[in-house]
Amino acid sequence: MTSSVPSRVRVQDKAPIAFLGGVTATAAIQPLVAPELVFDSRGVSIFYGAKQALAGVDLGIRRGQITALIGPSGCGKTTFLRSLNRMNDSVPSFRIEGQILYHGHDLYGSSVDRVEVRRRIGMVFQKPNPFPKSIYDNVAWAPRNLGLRRGLDERVESALRGAALWDEVKDRLKDSALGLSGGQQQRLCIARAIAIEPDVLLLDEPASALDPIATGAIEDLMHSLKGRFTIVIVTHNMQQAARVADRTAFFSLETAGPKPVGALIEADETTKIFSEPRDPRTRDYVSGRFG
Amino acid sequence: MSGQLIPDPTAPLTPSGNLRRRRIVSRAAEVAASAAAVAAIAVLVIVIWTVVARGAKAIDLDFIFTGYPTGVGPMLLGTIVIALVATAMAMPLGVLIALFLTEYAGARGTRLLKLTLDLLNGLPSIILGLFVFALLVDHKQQSAFSGALALAIIELPLIARGSQEVLQLVPKGLREASDALGVARWRSVLTVTLPTAIGGIVTATVLAVARAAGETAPLILTTSVFDPKAFSVNPFEALPNVPTWIYKLSEEGNPEGFTEAWGMSLLLVSFILFASLGARALLARSKRKLSS
Repeated sequence: MTSSVPSRVRVQDKAPIAFLGGVTATAAIQPLVAPELVFDSRGVSIFYGAKQALAGVDLGIRRGQITALIGPSGCGKTTFLRSLNRMNDSVPSFRIEGQILYHGHDLYGSSVDRVEVRRRIGMVFQKPNPFPKSIYDNVAWAPRNLGLRRGLDERVESALRGAALWDEVKDRLKDSALGLSGGQQQRLCIARAIAIEPDVLLLDEPASALDPIATGAIEDLMHSLKGRFTIVIVTHNMQQAARVADRTAFFSLETAGPKPVGALIEADETTKIFSEPRDPRTRDYVSGRFG
Repeated sequence: MSGQLIPDPTAPLTPSGNLRRRRIVSRAAEVAASAAAVAAIAVLVIVIWTVVARGAKAIDLDFIFTGYPTGVGPMLLGTIVIALVATAMAMPLGVLIALFLTEYAGARGTRLLKLTLDLLNGLPSIILGLFVFALLVDHKQQSAFSGALALAIIELPLIARGSQEVLQLVPKGLREASDALGVARWRSVLTVTLPTAIGGIVTATVLAVARAAGETAPLILTTSVFDPKAFSVNPFEALPNVPTWIYKLSEEGNPEGFTEAWGMSLLLVSFILFASLGARALLARSKRKLSS
């Protein structure tokens, strides 16, 4: 009964071509080198107990790019993000259907170790959550515990530089991280995440608890991290998506079924989503008519 | 009907009907409750005052540092050894149980284990003493170790429940942060969760030690036949200890013995009071730190 939704909200990255039908037509017009997909989500539905949070998401996330997930509250975008590094596994009633391929491997396959998943796919949360330790120890914590002790000082410095925080904290690395401002704490959390050189960074509304100046710093930081990491960011802030993301995926509540359920409405180049969205719901949202 | 309850809405707002009587009953209840509260404080004050008044004159350096008959040094030393051995057994186990409750157990396991710990906490200490007596002492010999084992069983639920309450205060964000860094759960526990909660765990342990230090019944069964002159730290023989010595002196009808018993009581009560108060202050501080 809940599965009535997915087929219609299936979204193809190259939708116009795909609609012409057939693999051959698609292949003929595709660029010579297809963009490498880090994540390939195929018909992903997510349930919390009996409640379905997300239905039939098909979304490819490209290597080295910033992909923004936007949409109104409760549309499942954070749920989707957290399923990309299996952070939802700790929710007792969590259940996922469909497939998420990460570099071609099934992320929820039986031989997959979720600690290894998170080793490669880092995450930064909405609320800055530094450890109650020194600034240095926050960044050095994961490398130490993962056996990357050699060149630790250099690693910490380069992570802090990477997070555009080094100049502000280099003279007080031994001070408690809890003494930093909110924006600095969030950049510290990003430094902590990139210190183990993950493949992907998942950012869950990383700037929503910050003031505009700190938000600007985080956005600049994302631009500088682009290319080195594949970044997926959930944001409430459409302007933020427009400023930082190469591609944008718009999630919304699909109300056609018996119960409203989160769904992916449309995914495309950010400029296209904001200038010529295909779906009227996307147009309404990005033009500020709802949400 | 409602017209009778409020006869005239425009009448002055002074008590009407049976409100005066209800006010007197209410006041009486308030006075009784307050008096009960004062009585609780009074009991503590009177007990402490009695102990201080009768025990203070017994205490001097000789009393603390020499053996029988001039002092009670061996008993103090023995109690310290027994408490240390008991805590060395109970603390690691208690903290592991707390970690199981907060990190690994499901909802049903948590409920069951909490209930078990609370029941264990409610068992009379004489029963635990008897259990250890049957297990280690009967047909063998008394030892400080068997006394410590009984005290460890008393400390265990206190340490486990106290630690668990503090571990639960460790913010969820910290667990998520360490999970998201691809570090195995046990390493997160060792290097993030435990250090964050260590203040509260120490507090829970101190409170448990304070409780166990005065337990008498298990020690009478397990380590009461000793030489009050000999300073010893060997836990595999019966060690002199404060509670059983207080009990023994009180039983003998000798005035000097009474004074000595009061002196030891004063030492014991002071230790328990200071440990409890200090631990509580520490706990409040670490809870504030965790919830800020």
